[in-house]
Amino acid sequence: MSDTDKPQPEKPEAGTQPQESAAETQPEVDPHDARGERSRSLLREIASGDALAGALAVFLAIFVGSVMIAAIDEGVRDTAGYLTARPSDFFSAVWEAISGAYSAMFRGAIFNYNLTEPAQQWRPLTETLKFAGPLILGGLGVGLAFRASLFNIGGRGQMLVAGGAAGWVGFQVDLPFIVHLPLAILVGMAAGALWGGIAGLLKARTGAHEVIVTIMLNYVGYYLLFYALTKEWLLKTPGSVNPKSPPMDDSAVLPKVLGDQFNLHFGFVLALVAVGVAWWLLNRSTLGYRIRAVGENPHAARASGINVGRTYTVVMMIAGSLLGLAGVNQVLGTVPSGVSLDLDASIGFDAITVALLGRSRPLGILAAGLLFGAFKAGGFTMQTSENISVDLVLVVQSLIVLFLAAPPLVRAIFRLPAQEAK
Amino acid sequence: MRLVLRGITKRFGSVVANDSISLTVEPGEIHCLLGENGAGKSTLMNVLYGLYKADEGEIELDGEVQHFTGPGDAMAAGIGMVHQHFMLIPVFTVAENVMLGNESTGFAGTLDVDAARERVTEISERFGFHVNPDTLVEDLPVGVQQRVEIIKALSRDAELLVFDEPTAVLTPQETDELMEIMRQLKEAGKAIVFITHKLREVREVADRITVIRLGKVVGEADPTASNAELASMMVGRPVELVVHKDAPKIGADALVVKDLRVTDLAGHAQVDGLSFTIRAGEVLCVAGVQGNGQTELTEAILGLQDDVSGSITLDGLELVGRTTRQVLDAGVGFIPEDRQVDGLVPGFTIAENLMLNRSFKSPFVKNGNLRLGALREFAQQKLKEYDVRARDIDSLAANLSGGNQQKVVVARELSRDLRLLVAAQPTRGVDVGSIEFIHKQVVATRDSGIPVLVVSTELDEVVALADRIMVLYRGRVVGIVPADTPRETLGLMMTGERPKDLKDVVA
Repeated sequence: MSDTDKPQPEKPEAGTQPQESAAETQPEVDPHDARGERSRSLLREIASGDALAGALAVFLAIFVGSVMIAAIDEGVRDTAGYLTARPSDFFSAVWEAISGAYSAMFRGAIFNYNLTEPAQQWRPLTETLKFAGPLILGGLGVGLAFRASLFNIGGRGQMLVAGGAAGWVGFQVDLPFIVHLPLAILVGMAAGALWGGIAGLLKARTGAHEVIVTIMLNYVGYYLLFYALTKEWLLKTPGSVNPKSPPMDDSAVLPKVLGDQFNLHFGFVLALVAVGVAWWLLNRSTLGYRIRAVGENPHAARASGINVGRTYTVVMMIAGSLLGLAGVNQVLGTVPSGVSLDLDASIGFDAITVALLGRSRPLGILAAGLLFGAFKAGGFTMQTSENISVDLVLVVQSLIVLFLAAPPLVRAIFRLPAQEAK
Repeated sequence: MRLVLRGITKRFGSVVANDSISLTVEPGEIHCLLGENGAGKSTLMNVLYGLYKADEGEIELDGEVQHFTGPGDAMAAGIGMVHQHFMLIPVFTVAENVMLGNESTGFAGTLDVDAARERVTEISERFGFHVNPDTLVEDLPVGVQQRVEIIKALSRDAELLVFDEPTAVLTPQETDELMEIMRQLKEAGKAIVFITHKLREVREVADRITVIRLGKVVGEADPTASNAELASMMVGRPVELVVHKDAPKIGADALVVKDLRVTDLAGHAQVDGLSFTIRAGEVLCVAGVQGNGQTELTEAILGLQDDVSGSITLDGLELVGRTTRQVLDAGVGFIPEDRQVDGLVPGFTIAENLMLNRSFKSPFVKNGNLRLGALREFAQQKLKEYDVRARDIDSLAANLSGGNQQKVVVARELSRDLRLLVAAQPTRGVDVGSIEFIHKQVVATRDSGIPVLVVSTELDEVVALADRIMVLYRGRVVGIVPADTPRETLGLMMTGERPKDLKDVVA
């Protein structure tokens, strides 16, 4: 068939247009027109494509964020009082507020040009990578489940349980580094896999909805960890009343990547490896093929001999182990001073945003994770140097999800061609 | 009411679904819109009914140009639509369904059911519909449910009635009754648009025939035109309507089904004590009105039903109790009745769909890795061999026409080593050209010595393909008869009645 009558998906009549049309319509189309049509359809493809929608959502969210920065800035509010008298004051105040905020974010997330020593200048970037690691891991866990059309909201529980298990191995067991660290990581991942797998198994066996089960397992995981932190044979620090475990043994802590002056540890490297593995899994492995088949059409998968229930269980186990790795990353890497109840640092939920922005593709999740890592790192600098609450970053993140969830809105704002009716 | 459509054009993206279609429907005439699936008939009617807005052209009723913004406007203007899938609420009575959306209310918003009941009785008597206004719709046979739809349209004083593929769900007898009703409505001065792709029906009732192909009117045809003439107008080239096949070379018993019982979740036996045999090299067609256990029968063979008792053996191997994967591996090819649901993954490419039931072992799998090279080569070859019209093997299945989607399913199933082919509604929603192709493939499969089970609700297809015909009614066998059994007999059997002088073919 020719390029000119390429059918758009999900349209009642056109999709079933018999292809004999190509031969018939071809002579009527003059070549110049055909080229124009082709470039238009290319544009349409890009416009409806995932990457652009994500980028536009980020752009819009940052724009709305800028408006809020300006609105809460005292200088802007003061100058707004005599806006008509001296508008230039107002606009320069707006500019100062917004540029100040974002340059602070840049200094905090990527490169601090106010410092002189190169190592210190680049330190923010390493912080971004440090924050990005668990977000990428968690995003992969949520995104993988998305590909099987499962909504894994249990990231928090999976991280907590995994962090607790890895932490237990991390200080209760005495082993040489070469065994200790891998063992702690594996135990953590196994605990996460178990926690995710429960939801998958319940869905497979009883049809229980994974959203409800994973939410409930978040509570179960939380109180399980809470309990563990009250028992000395589990995680409690002897003689302490705080719900916090003793620090990890040095032999169980993820080493630093760039030496001790930077916080960046090998958790980020694990995240990069996980991106590669997830990419292979989804695009090159038979298991991933089956996961995608089940996600796209469980009926056809079942009729083709694929065990849908088992696939659900396996996916949730893998998803749980990835979120588990995110928990391990926290306990053995970012905060090795001891397991506590807030070890998840809301990554379990941020991971959903990362997976959405990354459109459940491993490389997309890598990019989204890096962006959110930068937000996290930069947010602190923004707060300290510009006195803008770090919550603004959360607002921007939420807006990204909002714009992602409402593609027609974004399309309307940018006057992109509408997608055909679904 | 006189309907004039003038230059209706409807585009979806770069695809033109209706290309300046003009059409006139006079009062007191049955105007057939004939065309293949996807020719643009339904799009045109959806434009007429206000569901789509035409990009160009205008709709004129009795000389007045209409601007419909929704079905409500169309209904108010006197257009009634009888949909292919009934828009009825099963737990409501006939009267309640008829008044739905058009409720007349009494004091303090109480429903005036009596008025609706009277209206139903009145219309029903006028046209001899024999519909009791107080029956629950779910208790009515399909043919009568359709009459409720018609009453619903008439109760709103529709002067133009559109029937969208109304016979798809009917038995031959019910179809005849519907034809009679359409004639009566015509006598009463209603204008009727009858959308179909079944040539027999068109020739029976049509006053005028407009043939649509690829979104364009290709011409008007006379009701006296032959099937072959109409078919070639629809398809745009001469079509082979008869399936040529030699006498079967029948071998040993291959599929033996004994006392098969399939129970649904509610505990009702959907297949109730079924026994039959298919021998190597023959086609057994299962005829029957939809919903008489055919789906459950095929799914039971494939291991897709949970509650199955009895025995299904294929070349001596018991299939009951095996998983779908084991059944497939035993050499059962399966063309499911709804390819969109069970046959294809719409978001997968053609190539990916071609390995759907082979994701566990060679040739496309090696140590848990996909062998994409082998798959691409295979897909390229099958694309050619099965004449799948698509840009390339990376086209998404969702973007293919019904016929091409079905060819992908057929290609996948027939390219495995088969010991049995189960084809459920193999040509439903498939264009005439592809039907021809798929029928040839089924016959070729039979000729290679493979037993074939075909399930079809289209009598034409059953008669064309079968070596023997098994008629099902409420999950039981009414009879297994030779392929040359008269249609009237088959039609009668489909209603569950077994003619007294009927002889089963056992051998």
